Amino acid sequence: MNREDFPILNNDIIYFDNGATTLKPKSVIEAMNKYYFEHTSNIHRGDYKQAIVTNELYDGTREVVKEFVNAQGAEVIFTKGTTESLNLVVFGYMKKHLKRGDEVLLSKAEHASNILPWIKLSEEIGINIKYAPLNKDYELTYESIEKAITPKTRVVSIAQVSNVVGDVRDIEKIGALCKKKNILLSVDGAQSVPHMPVDFTKDNMDFLAFSGHKMAGPTGVGCLVVKKALIDKMEPLIYGGGMNQDFASDGSYELKKGPSRFEGGTPPIAEVIGLREAINYLSAMGMDTIHKHELALKKYLVDELSKIENIKLYNTKSKSGILSFNINDVFAQDTSIYLNHYNICVRAGNHCAKVLKDELNIKNTVRISLYFYNTKEEIDKLIEVLRQSYNIFKVVI
Amino acid sequence: MDEELKREIIIDNYQHPVHKGLVDDEAYIKENTNNESCIDNIDIMVKVENGVIEDIVFDGEACAISTSATSIMIKSLLNKKVEEAKKILLNYENMINEGDYDKKLLGELNVYDTIYKQPNRKMCALLPHNAIKKILEEIEKA
Repeated sequence: MNREDFPILNNDIIYFDNGATTLKPKSVIEAMNKYYFEHTSNIHRGDYKQAIVTNELYDGTREVVKEFVNAQGAEVIFTKGTTESLNLVVFGYMKKHLKRGDEVLLSKAEHASNILPWIKLSEEIGINIKYAPLNKDYELTYESIEKAITPKTRVVSIAQVSNVVGDVRDIEKIGALCKKKNILLSVDGAQSVPHMPVDFTKDNMDFLAFSGHKMAGPTGVGCLVVKKALIDKMEPLIYGGGMNQDFASDGSYELKKGPSRFEGGTPPIAEVIGLREAINYLSAMGMDTIHKHELALKKYLVDELSKIENIKLYNTKSKSGILSFNINDVFAQDTSIYLNHYNICVRAGNHCAKVLKDELNIKNTVRISLYFYNTKEEIDKLIEVLRQSYNIFKVVI
Repeated sequence: MDEELKREIIIDNYQHPVHKGLVDDEAYIKENTNNESCIDNIDIMVKVENGVIEDIVFDGEACAISTSATSIMIKSLLNKKVEEAKKILLNYENMINEGDYDKKLLGELNVYDTIYKQPNRKMCALLPHNAIKKILEEIEKA
C-alpha cells in the first residue's frame, strides 16, 4: 500500500527491516522541510508569527498523539525515543517511588531498553527484577504474568509486541489485572504503536513509550504517555532551559508543571512536527487496515517459507509482522549478507533482546519485519532467493 | 590463488574448523573478541610455553569469515615462536588493511587477500587476529 509515497523504494530495494526503523513518506519530510524553510524558530519564547506557528504545531502534536493512542486523560512528553522514554519511567518515576525489596515484573523477551534501566535501578536502590516465563512458542501469556505476580510486585513493565518473536501480549487483560492489584503498568509500544490500534485508556496503561522513527516518522523523537495523576510525581532527568518556572542564586527554584518539565533544552522541533505528520499519515490509512495488511503478508510469508527445507522458523503463530528464522547450519549474519546481494534488507542478530537467548537456545536469528508498504511480490522474491541458498557461500565469500 | 580454491578453503575451515571447543586449563590465557559492527562473538585461548605457541583453541558464534579465519590462523600459528607469530599477525593485519605485507609469511591466510573489497567484512577477518595479538601482548608484559 501507498508505495508511491516512498521515494526510497524507487531504488529497487526490498525493505524488510521495519522493526529497526521504517521508511519515511514524502509528506513527513515535507512537513519538516517546511519548518526549516518557512518558519524556523524556537518554541515557547517567540512573539513573531513564525514562532507562533511553530509553537502551535509543537504543542498541538501532544493532542494528535493523545487521540492516536486514545489517551485523552493523559499527558504526552516528547523524548528522543522509546529508550529515553523507558529511562524516564525508571529513573524519573520509579527511583523515587520504589524501595528495596519491591519487585518489577519483566519478561525474558524484552528489549535492552526495558531491562537495562531496571538492572541499573536494582543496583541503585535494591529492587528485585523478576522475569515472567515464556511459553513453548516463546510468547508471554496473560497466565504467565498472573502467576508471576507476588504481593511484592509493584510494576509490570513489558512490550506490547516483542521485537524478536513478535507476539502480541494481551495488554487489556494484563492492564485490568494490574489495576485490580494496584500494580503500575509500563508498556513498551515501540513495536505495537506503529502497527496496530493501541488504546492507552481501555488497556489501563500507566506509561506508554514509543519511537517516531519506527512509525514512518523521523529519528530523534519519541513519546512517553503518562497518566495525569502520575506526571506530577515524576522528576526530570534533564535540568536547564525550557523546564523551569523560576530559579535564584539562593538555590531556590520552581519547575514547570506538565510535560515541558521533562523537555529541558531545545527539543527536536522539526522531528516533533515530522512525527505529527507521520501520525496523520498512518491515521488516514487506518491502523486496523495496516495491521490486517501485515497479518495477511505474514501468513503468506510463513506459508511460503515453510515450504523450503533447511529453514527453521521461530514464531509462525504470532499476530504481528515480525518473523525470525535461520537457514540450517548458516550463521544469521551470513544469511543477511547473502540477502543484501539481492537488495533485500533484513536484520541478523539478537535484536537487542540478549536474555532471550536463554530461551531460544540460539543467540542469533535473521529477522523479517514487515510494514504496510511491503508486498507479496517482495516476499516472492525473498522466497526465490532463499530457495537458492544452497549457493550461499558462492555469493557471500 | 584461484578464487574458487580460496572459497573452498574458507568454506572447509568454516564448516570444519580446527581446535573448536574451550579447555579448562590455567596454562591458557583467554580473550573474548567481538565486533561492534556485527554479531560475531568468539572466545580464544592460547597456551605459550618457553616462548612457543603450544596450543590455541576457540569457541563462539561467528560468521563464515570470522570462523574460518580463526581456524586458519590457529593452524598458521601453532608451534611458532611468539616473535614469529607476531610477525605473521602484523603481516596479516597489513594485508587486510591493504598495506604492505610479505605474502610468503602468510601461507593459507592469503585466502583473505581480497577481503578489502568487502569493507564490512574486514572486521570479521581481523577478529581472531585482535584476540591473539592481545593475548601475546599480555604474555610479554607478564
